[in-house]
Amino acid sequence: MLVSILTAGAEAAESAGLPQLDASTWPSQLFWLAVTFGLLYWVMSSMILPRIGAAIEERRDRIADDLDKAAESRRLAEEAETAFNRALADARAKAQAVTGEAREEVNAEIDAMRKDAEAAISAKTAVAEQHIASLKASAEAKVREAAQETTRAVVEALIHETPTPAVVDAAIAKAVKA
Amino acid sequence: MEVEAAKLIGAGIAAIPLAGAGVGLGLIFGNFLAGAFRNPSAAAANQQTMLLAFALTEFTGLLGFVIAMIILYAF
Amino acid sequence: MIHAATPGLQAAGPMEQFEILPIVPLTLGNIDVSFTNSALWMTIGVVAIALFFFFATNRRALIPGRMQSVAEILHEFVANLVRDTIGHDGMKFFPYVFTLFIFILTANFFGLIPSIPGSPHNLHTFTTTSHIIVTFALAMLTITIVIIYGFAKNGLKFLKLFAPSGLPIWLMPILVPIEIISFLSRPVSLGVRLFANMLAGHIILKLFAGFVIALLGAGGFASILAIAPFLGSIAIFLLEFLVAALQAYVFAILTCIYLSDAAHAADH
Repeated sequence: MLVSILTAGAEAAESAGLPQLDASTWPSQLFWLAVTFGLLYWVMSSMILPRIGAAIEERRDRIADDLDKAAESRRLAEEAETAFNRALADARAKAQAVTGEAREEVNAEIDAMRKDAEAAISAKTAVAEQHIASLKASAEAKVREAAQETTRAVVEALIHETPTPAVVDAAIAKAVKA
Repeated sequence: MEVEAAKLIGAGIAAIPLAGAGVGLGLIFGNFLAGAFRNPSAAAANQQTMLLAFALTEFTGLLGFVIAMIILYAF
Repeated sequence: MIHAATPGLQAAGPMEQFEILPIVPLTLGNIDVSFTNSALWMTIGVVAIALFFFFATNRRALIPGRMQSVAEILHEFVANLVRDTIGHDGMKFFPYVFTLFIFILTANFFGLIPSIPGSPHNLHTFTTTSHIIVTFALAMLTITIVIIYGFAKNGLKFLKLFAPSGLPIWLMPILVPIEIISFLSRPVSLGVRLFANMLAGHIILKLFAGFVIALLGAGGFASILAIAPFLGSIAIFLLEFLVAALQAYVFAILTCIYLSDAAHAADH
């Protein structure tokens, strides 16, 4: 009904009317719209849209794949890191053990050496002390002898008489005591 | 000549709905902006609705315009 | 009507750009199916779309080039629209919605190309979507698909679209006719919206251009004033770019919403 009104209006004013309401052009427009739109729909739905869709899908798959791969690599890297850390800790523990052993060994060696040295030193000290003691004894004997001879010489020079050793001894003892 | 004058007056009257469409569009865009400033993160999601409301509102004015054109040229 | 005084500058009436002019007269039976300027621009649009997408998707590179990126962005844009509105089982309508969107978008944009001055009138650029019969036919196609799909998917439950559940019985006689009228007005509003937008934009463009020529033709001081409608026509031209894209989008999204209604009619 609307169409018939509009068409009547269009026919009433042929020269100045709206070209849109000139019904004589409608079949041609509809025909060519159907042809072109149908053709475009066919080209789009059968060729172009599947292609674009496939390209986008492919990219999405590829990105997902790459993301998976990246996650896998990350997991591997993390595993490697934990393994590395474990190895590092082991090595450190081992090194500490080795160091401890070495230290003990060295300590033991040092102790042994020290004992040896101490034994040697004490032996030498004992020898030296004996030596000193003997030296001291011989020195005393020599001093006493020297004192006896000196005393005898002094007494002979003074009284021209040779004292007996017993007397000299007693006198020296007396003097030393004094 | 009187018919000619009446046509022109009629076309002028038929253009009045454009005022209503203008007010309506102003309300739509204004309210959308007000909402978008209040909550900018939700603005993008509602853009589609805004454009739809724009199209529906605009139709009132366009109907007036088309009637004016029909009065001017088709009769 | 504006008549230019300057020879060589001929301002046409604002309606002249919508005239259907035959290029190759053809008849099918006794129906006139001449290859007109409208058909020429439909063909140019379709060929341009097909060539663009053909070359854009020819290499199918993993890292897309410029053309492939545009094609993929358009694909994803419409695919998201369909997926968000109808749902995943609505993807079978994706080729239709995409074709509709790209067809209207190209028709709207190609209509904005300025004609070559002095070329024959029937080869001037032509906006195929500025004709109500074209937009109405596309709208009817959409509604026909909606009705067929609605009945095929929901059977008679599709009629629940007109009687939402949870409605009091006494409201039925009022609301059901309203719902039916609203459903019937869908193709009209869908078609008229696109048509009227294109018509209005091109008329205003032509009017502004006509002012420029009229003012230039008047000579003297008036010629200087011609700069104002000239700047105005540039502004309108830019606005028309927005409108061209927006109307294609709106047509596609409304198609999706109507299809979604058909798909989920039995659910509510």
